Amino acid sequence: MTDDAVHAIATSGLTKRFGSQVAVDAIDLAVPTGAVYGFLGPNGSGKTTTIRMLLGLVMPTAGSFRVLGEEQATLTAALPRVGALVEGPAFHLYLSGRANLRRLDAADRYADPATARRRIDAALDRVGLLAAADKRFRAYSLGMRQRLAIAAALLTPKDLLVLDEPTNGLDPQGTREVRHLVSSLADDGTTVLVSSHLLSEIEQMCSHVGVMHVGRMLKQGTVAEVTRGVHPLARLETPDPAAAVPVLQGLGLTEVRIEGHVVVGELGAVPPEKVVAACVHAGLDVTGFAVAAPSLEDTFVALTGEGFDVSG
Amino acid sequence: MSAAELTQITSVAAPRRIRSRFLRSELRLIFGRRRNQLALTVLGLPPLAIAIAVRTSLSQPGSEAPTFFSSIAGNGLFVALAALTVEMAMLLPLATSIVSGDSVAGEANSGTLRYLLTVPVGRLRLLFVKYAGIAVFALAATLVVALTGVLIGVILFGGGSMTLLSGNQIGSASGLVRVIGAALYLGAGMAALGAVGLFLSTLTEQPIAAALVTMVFSAGSLIMDQIPQLGALHPYLLVDHWSSFSDLFRYPILWTGVLHGLYVDLAYVVIAFLAAWARFSVKDITS
Repeated sequence: MTDDAVHAIATSGLTKRFGSQVAVDAIDLAVPTGAVYGFLGPNGSGKTTTIRMLLGLVMPTAGSFRVLGEEQATLTAALPRVGALVEGPAFHLYLSGRANLRRLDAADRYADPATARRRIDAALDRVGLLAAADKRFRAYSLGMRQRLAIAAALLTPKDLLVLDEPTNGLDPQGTREVRHLVSSLADDGTTVLVSSHLLSEIEQMCSHVGVMHVGRMLKQGTVAEVTRGVHPLARLETPDPAAAVPVLQGLGLTEVRIEGHVVVGELGAVPPEKVVAACVHAGLDVTGFAVAAPSLEDTFVALTGEGFDVSG
Repeated sequence: MSAAELTQITSVAAPRRIRSRFLRSELRLIFGRRRNQLALTVLGLPPLAIAIAVRTSLSQPGSEAPTFFSSIAGNGLFVALAALTVEMAMLLPLATSIVSGDSVAGEANSGTLRYLLTVPVGRLRLLFVKYAGIAVFALAATLVVALTGVLIGVILFGGGSMTLLSGNQIGSASGLVRVIGAALYLGAGMAALGAVGLFLSTLTEQPIAAALVTMVFSAGSLIMDQIPQLGALHPYLLVDHWSSFSDLFRYPILWTGVLHGLYVDLAYVVIAFLAAWARFSVKDITS
């Protein structure tokens, strides 16, 4: 088991089986304290089931975990310091946004009733929902519902936020606000575990990522560590691409192919500056050269495949 | 307001001893819900109908009329007892079934259960609060029937001294106490049915299914209670002693039936609550 002071969440061989279906297969999730951890994976890859286990909603079949230093048996001691948004917002339809927050606050034995009104208003204000606070939840748009769920997670100060698809249903402006909110919380020292399908989003927000696929953790670490394995691409522009191919292959580039006037190849360990020098040395005219660093999306697709199917 | 300011107003300390806040929230949820307000209103209609019907009919109920009906013209308090008798089999169990069936399954169905549990609300605490809410509603339901009956009865027929089923006379204050006692006794029976509803509510995410099965349980018990060949089973049926509340209107009061009824209620509450706990404590919340 990993050191508690270092990790806000640490799991060891965490497994969940529903009947014969293995939803989560022996994963070792490690979320460093203070990190913004992007939890990635196609639909059905086991992210939500993992999150439900970490919150005590679903019992693991095997393995163990610690959240803020507490094991499964003593999890309720940690949960007051954990704010959660799990699989979308869920509130009482016929109560107002404010009344729904009041109910959740009333259920919290650690929350101070004397400050409830102030804390509820502050949370509503923080997600920009104060003006609509007294409307019934039924009348809320998906974006407003999502905001209310985030407000519910912020009713009391938290050390860890678990946000499952927090930007789902939000307009571009709302998405930006959530990103800023997550950043400002992270700046205050809150550890954030955020799952999202929007990879560019994750790339902008997160310091660490973990990629799940069919219940397994394929890769995790800092963003740089995870994308490192995917080779950067060299793109060489020349009037005579066919002549450039053997030169690049001779240097050690792989997957070299011609795309119009451009020769593309995986750079591997070859230093980029050597490519241009070698081409010029071979008498080729080089009109352009670029190295494309792998994006998180390239990494994600490289790890989980191009297919559009949900993980069985 | 920044997070730092938030931290200043609250600090995560030891859990507070005050436990009533969540229960009050639960009661607001139950009694603030229009469906339940409508149910309580409907429960108040039979006593009005009985009183108005007896008042306006030319021939007063004779001695062949059901228990309590024949006494209404003599004392308005009997309207409450007639109404409790009429609603005991169907309307009161129905209202109790709806509220108890909804208790856990309704929260699971709307997804609010996962947010309550991650607050966190301990699962045992959640069951206690849910059951307390059901029990309060059950008592409120029988009191609505009885008090509406008392009110309309006294207005239309007057109060005054009450002639008991045994022929003795008691004062109106003592009569009112016995009527409320009868309502509370029947309320305890409904609360016991509500415990069965709570258990069934932990088995499903469909509140209507839980309510329906609770209602079928109540109706099925009534049917079995009327089959003489099943006599050996009768003492263990929840509904068997519900009508014993009429024993409170004899002199001296016949406590045997009432006490037996309360023991059966208690047994049902304990068993059903333990079953609910056994199920709910290990349940995977996937809704």
